[in-house]
Amino acid sequence: MVQLIAQATDVSSGLATIGKGLVIGLAAIGPGIGLGILIGKSVEAMARQPEYAGQVRTTMFIGIGLIEALALFGIAFSFII
Amino acid sequence: MIPALLAATFEPPSTTDFVYGCLGPGFRLLGFTFCFNFIILLLTLTTLIVVGLFYFAFRSPTVVPGKLQMLMELGVGFVRENVAVPMLGPAGDKYLPLLASFFFFILIGNLFEVMPGFSFSANSRVAIPLVLALISWVTYNAVGIRKHGFLGYLKHTCIIDAAPGWLRYSLLMLIEFVSNIIVRPITLTVRLAANFLAGHFLLAIFFLGTVFFLENGPKTWILAAVSFPLGVVLVGFEIFVAALQAFIFAILTASYIGQAMAEEH
Repeated sequence: MVQLIAQATDVSSGLATIGKGLVIGLAAIGPGIGLGILIGKSVEAMARQPEYAGQVRTTMFIGIGLIEALALFGIAFSFII
Repeated sequence: MIPALLAATFEPPSTTDFVYGCLGPGFRLLGFTFCFNFIILLLTLTTLIVVGLFYFAFRSPTVVPGKLQMLMELGVGFVRENVAVPMLGPAGDKYLPLLASFFFFILIGNLFEVMPGFSFSANSRVAIPLVLALISWVTYNAVGIRKHGFLGYLKHTCIIDAAPGWLRYSLLMLIEFVSNIIVRPITLTVRLAANFLAGHFLLAIFFLGTVFFLENGPKTWILAAVSFPLGVVLVGFEIFVAALQAFIFAILTASYIGQAMAEEH
């Protein structure tokens, strides 16, 4: 019985650990889909119009920076939990 | 099966790895301790390297450039061709010193992440990217206010003329204000800091893991043979991320300045 109570008091830290994992995983889903669409479309655009490849690449990197910030928010906030 | 293999205990890297004690005497002010620690050492080294590179490259520029001058001309030219001119047009040269300083300072600071003997980037502590982001924030707001006047700049940055009237002056105005004035410096900060926080964790996991597998006995040497090459690959990836983040910081600053000084449309 004492053991059970001792285990029960440990539950909150265990839940926090699960929460950290969930935050990182869930925060990676959206940006993953977004990066896939963004880079896929950029490659398509570069293949169609190779003369504009430089411009497309620059814009793509800005987009990557904006999107990946969302995933990194997840990593940063997981340490606050 | 894996837990049975791991007889010794493995200490994963945690956020306490990012806290460094004082290297010298410090003083207390307003409840904070100010002293010279490892992060300030890294910042000082970064500043000295950047200033030294620019000083020795452009001290006596020649028409036929030497090696260092050629390297730095390549770097500054890269910032000019890919960041300043596409984003700002003819006004790009005016802001090139700021953008090139951002690019080189962040790049050199980030490269300490993979430098043997340091293995830590000052940019993974949130304070340093925050200061850089505030410089960027002050710059683009000042540019906008100088160009349009204070109220004119608020109108320029918060109100989208193409939106229908009832949205333009209520919800969209609020969203635009929050995203353009408040969130931008935060995202600039968190993007840079969290990238190097995550990068430091990745490298630490793989290399500490390799050491642990090697120390744990011959049973786990096969795992070390997997984790070590992956760690080496990740070092290459971190170098790429270091350059990419420096580029993104410079280009986002340029794009914010460009939006602030755009003509009415």
